[in-house]
Amino acid sequence: MNIAPFINKRPRGKVHVPTVTLAHGGGGKAMKDLIDDVFLQAFDNPLLAPLDDQARLDLAALGRHGDRLAFTTDSFVVDPLVFPGGDIGKLAVCGTINDLAVGGATPLYLSCAVIVEEGVSIDFLRQIARSMAQTAREAGVSIVTGDTKIVNKSACDKMFITTSGIGAIRTDVELGAQYAQPGDAVLVNGVLGDHGAAILCARGDLALETPIASDCAPLHDLVSALLVAAPATRFIRDPTRGGVATVLNEIAEAAQVAIEIEEAATPLRDEVRGFCEILGLDPLYLANEGKLVAIVPQEQSQDALAAMQAQPLGREARRIGHVTKGEPGRVTMRTTFGGSRIVDMLVGEQLPRIC
Amino acid sequence: MKYVDEYRDREKAQILVREIERLVADIPTARRRPLQIMEVCGGHTHAIFRYGIEGMLPKSIELVHGPGCPVCVLPMGRVDDCVAIAERPEVILTTFGDALRVPGSRKSLLQAKADGADVRIVYSPMDALALARRNPGREVVFFGIGFETTMPSTALTVLQAEREGIENFSVFCNHITIVPTIKAILDSPDLHLDGFLGPGHVSMVIGTAPYEFIASFYKKPMVIAGFEPLDVLQSLWMVLKQIKEGRCAIENQYARIVQEDGNSPALRAVAHVYELREFFEWRGLGSIDHSGVMMRVEYARFDAERKFAVPNAKIADPKSCQCGEVLRGVIKPWECKVFGSACTPETPLGALMVSSEGACSAYYQYGGVKRQREKIAVEAGAA
Repeated sequence: MNIAPFINKRPRGKVHVPTVTLAHGGGGKAMKDLIDDVFLQAFDNPLLAPLDDQARLDLAALGRHGDRLAFTTDSFVVDPLVFPGGDIGKLAVCGTINDLAVGGATPLYLSCAVIVEEGVSIDFLRQIARSMAQTAREAGVSIVTGDTKIVNKSACDKMFITTSGIGAIRTDVELGAQYAQPGDAVLVNGVLGDHGAAILCARGDLALETPIASDCAPLHDLVSALLVAAPATRFIRDPTRGGVATVLNEIAEAAQVAIEIEEAATPLRDEVRGFCEILGLDPLYLANEGKLVAIVPQEQSQDALAAMQAQPLGREARRIGHVTKGEPGRVTMRTTFGGSRIVDMLVGEQLPRIC
Repeated sequence: MKYVDEYRDREKAQILVREIERLVADIPTARRRPLQIMEVCGGHTHAIFRYGIEGMLPKSIELVHGPGCPVCVLPMGRVDDCVAIAERPEVILTTFGDALRVPGSRKSLLQAKADGADVRIVYSPMDALALARRNPGREVVFFGIGFETTMPSTALTVLQAEREGIENFSVFCNHITIVPTIKAILDSPDLHLDGFLGPGHVSMVIGTAPYEFIASFYKKPMVIAGFEPLDVLQSLWMVLKQIKEGRCAIENQYARIVQEDGNSPALRAVAHVYELREFFEWRGLGSIDHSGVMMRVEYARFDAERKFAVPNAKIADPKSCQCGEVLRGVIKPWECKVFGSACTPETPLGALMVSSEGACSAYYQYGGVKRQREKIAVEAGAA
């Protein structure tokens, strides 16, 4: 379908005040100006431009990418909004792209709903919108529909973003945690815990100065490379909140298998390790935003590792353990010290609100 | 990583484990029953589980996880008092993170926060003082908990507040002292303990002299231990060596941190600000004489207990809890009637399930496999 004739030719609105007020959520001209000036300006694409209540997507075009749709949604409430390695905008785009990618889908379209507290500066909104646009552009996805709500002071913490995403799953791809089998290798694409540690440091209340940056990045190219090299890959998941420990527990539970990992093989940046030592945190539970855990049959694990290591986001890919026949649902870790311990699901949360 | 990896060396650990096996084989008592060694401090409990140390030891050594987790032993009544303070509209209640989940009779601080109380996590009492400086219109209260390890930092913060004339800062003091509690455990009639791993960071402040009575009067060996896994293994080896040689002494494995006479500036600050309470209530252990401190009357204006009339509720421990027996090593955590059923880390009933340093919580999180294996062994033995 050619959508070019539908593109609205009206002049774009412009915001002339420094901060967001409730007027920008009123549905009138101020709101239109805000959407034009901040979001349309940044996201600029023909599917969004008509500003209708829905984006209209060509099914035949979608069908060329695969035989099933992947559809996902995620909300982002990170504090602080800007942190080393990213901001809430980049995170909101990467997070949803990754939720599609780890299902084996090619990410194509995103929605973007923002809730903004009155008093937030327009320039800051522009900065976040530009960050979303740039991340989406680099990843080859379009933000095609959206919504903006302005709420009273204190009704939200400056800004929340919800993104939903649509992707198409290739015909030959079928991933699921339940497919994990004893003997499979457990792979990760690099050092763990950077995002969680970076956010905690960026909050500033720890008085720790560290050079840790979030690993926030879109993983779909890495996943494609992995699936080409290891087509029998059983399952992929991005270990965000709850970290690698939580993902491994979910896999062990779903497939009714045990998983054993080696502490010595778990890749950690020295800064993150030191950070965890000082604060008494376990890096296995720290959030990641540019990492994946893959369960791959043993015979394809070398190819999978080599393929990931050839990608910019997989250079430090490692095998951290394997699936075993042990007690179903149990995840254990052989410690560098020579002991063995259980790696359980976290009770409650180790850290508040980090993604 | 420097200063970390050298204390977690696998080969050195294996050498120590072999030496421990050799020593135990030469101790006649160990042939009749397992030797019970208590690690007093929650930090040791955590290290033992985190590195899988229990599984590396011979079966004839049984580690008993002692009362040294200040979060765990906080009684319900004190949590209720703290919640009452936090719920005052003018108050910003500041606390270390792991105290948030300790259940009171009505609610925990975490629940109070969800209900609208202004509860904030800090990493040092000095952070709380800074908050008071920035919020002159609010009352900032620091939830002071911990043994002698954290006592000096609270004391120094109070002294700093006094120097700066900050009047909107106070401490809800729940600091406790470990020595009377070790004594109470040693006095309990059903005790079988053969030796102790002594608390490392408490001893950094108080030195080694206060423990002398354990060796001289109760005839039990104690080794002050560091918190890295090799520290724990070496300290166990030192305790076993004393047992084998028939000696009872207070020895210091953690000499890189702990000095014989402690840290005198820290002790001076503590003595300046606090005095002993007649008694203090411990969750799971009951009331123990002289086991807590309160602020001296000269510092009454920094004492949240005096500043805000707290209800001072006395709440009995839940009847089904057997925390006291676990703490004294009479039963193992999983032998408690409510372990893992009514009492879990999500909904802790007893003290020891509350913090990750608590013995029951550590068993629940880290110890499942071993527990099951032992259970099966016990059942097979009974059959």
